[in-house]
Amino acid sequence: MCTLEKRGNVYILTLTGNDEHRLNPTLLDSIRSALRRLRSEPTSPSSVLITTAHGKFFSNGYDLSWARSTTSQSITSSRYRMMSSKLRGLISDLISLPMPTIAAITGHASAGGMVFALSHDYVIMRRDRGFLYMSELDIGLVVPAWFVALLECKIGNPKARRDVVLKAAKLTAEMAVGKGIVDMVGGNAEETVEAAVRLGEEMFKRKWDGQVYAKNRMVILGKVLDKLGFDETVEEENGKGNRSKL
Amino acid sequence: MCTLEKRGNVYILTLTGNDEHRLNPTLLDSIRSALRRLRSEPTSPSSVLITTAHGKFFSNGYDLSWARSTTSQSTTSSRYRMMSSKLRGLVSDLISLPMPTIAAITGHASAAGMAFALCHDYVIMRRDRGFLYMSELDIGLVVPALFVALMECKIGSPKARRDVVLTAAKLTAEMAVEKGIVDKVGGSAEETVEAAVRLGEEMFKRKWDGQVYAKNRMVVMGKVLDELGFDGTVEEENGKGIGSKL
Repeated sequence: MCTLEKRGNVYILTLTGNDEHRLNPTLLDSIRSALRRLRSEPTSPSSVLITTAHGKFFSNGYDLSWARSTTSQSITSSRYRMMSSKLRGLISDLISLPMPTIAAITGHASAGGMVFALSHDYVIMRRDRGFLYMSELDIGLVVPAWFVALLECKIGNPKARRDVVLKAAKLTAEMAVGKGIVDMVGGNAEETVEAAVRLGEEMFKRKWDGQVYAKNRMVILGKVLDKLGFDETVEEENGKGNRSKL
Repeated sequence: MCTLEKRGNVYILTLTGNDEHRLNPTLLDSIRSALRRLRSEPTSPSSVLITTAHGKFFSNGYDLSWARSTTSQSTTSSRYRMMSSKLRGLVSDLISLPMPTIAAITGHASAAGMAFALCHDYVIMRRDRGFLYMSELDIGLVVPALFVALMECKIGSPKARRDVVLTAAKLTAEMAVEKGIVDKVGGSAEETVEAAVRLGEEMFKRKWDGQVYAKNRMVVMGKVLDELGFDGTVEEENGKGIGSKL
């Protein structure tokens, strides 16, 4: 589901396989497990994490068809809650990761997959294929407040945020750079990863303390951390399932 | 430590001497005292304050070596708390000052010194020397939440804020203008102050009521005011000191 390798001074986490890398519990657990292994590596001076994926998709978001592949409405609700909880845990892990993070986007990143991508400190996106796409409006769903908190921390322009959420815009790398959403356009998939590795090696030379880096990131992204405890699209305030929103 | 003079219709507060203008309690008290004298001047129509400095530094931040020049850890902690408290008082004074404020940056402004500069309504920065530099990551410190609140109010681009905090970027005036952090690039030190005086004279002609100006500024910067009561890098929630974060 995912591999973690070291290349030079940087780590590369790869979502493997040619599928949509849907964020079901299995993949989410697999990614979080890789991040735990990463944290146990020596971190001073801090290394750098690059996240990328094989195939046409970076990640196409939650595994909605898995959630719905049951006749029981309450099981469906609990599956949504589980994926939401695990994704929020993953985002928390990324925000507290004691090293700079770079997403090398080599395919489509939609909804939860786009959020996963934007949770990295730097985003480099392949020029010739793939969209960033907050698909919720197109598929009858509501973007959770915690996604919006992340978008506010990463996309400064209100009109760009409006286009992302209220037009479900499909953004190529060049459109995304133009809107201030990604940092850099890469060439093809391989070149995108190489650009990420080069950026990572530059960061590595700065020899920052990983724990200090993480704490500084957590201060900047404090508003996102504040929202990670709850997802109103899958649960009521009292923790019960909320079936009508997903 | 600092002087306050009137030039035409504007006031100029100058941090004197060729040192780093470290924000120790003495300098902080001296600046706040000058601002109190300024408030007691007639303010309607409101004048304008220009803050500038002599020498190579605008301000190089907290006086960390003073804080650490003791064998007692608890004395060090209390010195950090004192400087933090007095800086937050100064920030509050500037945000509530009943007149427009312009920082004429004629040298390096680092960490708390950069925050002090950004508290002004307008920032003009000398072209040929000096950096804006949020140095904390490079020296193993964590940026306090109040600095982040100030940056969110003053630096609109999330990527610029990331570069400031998570790369500890050293910004020349031209880089700072490009990132939307400063308003204008001045020439030499003297020309920078003159540009500030000209801008101040233009503002003076608008004949705003100083109290009304201050209240409007306090609304715009409400999120910063909300963070001034507490500094998590120097104290616990119960007001106790923290030895380890500075």
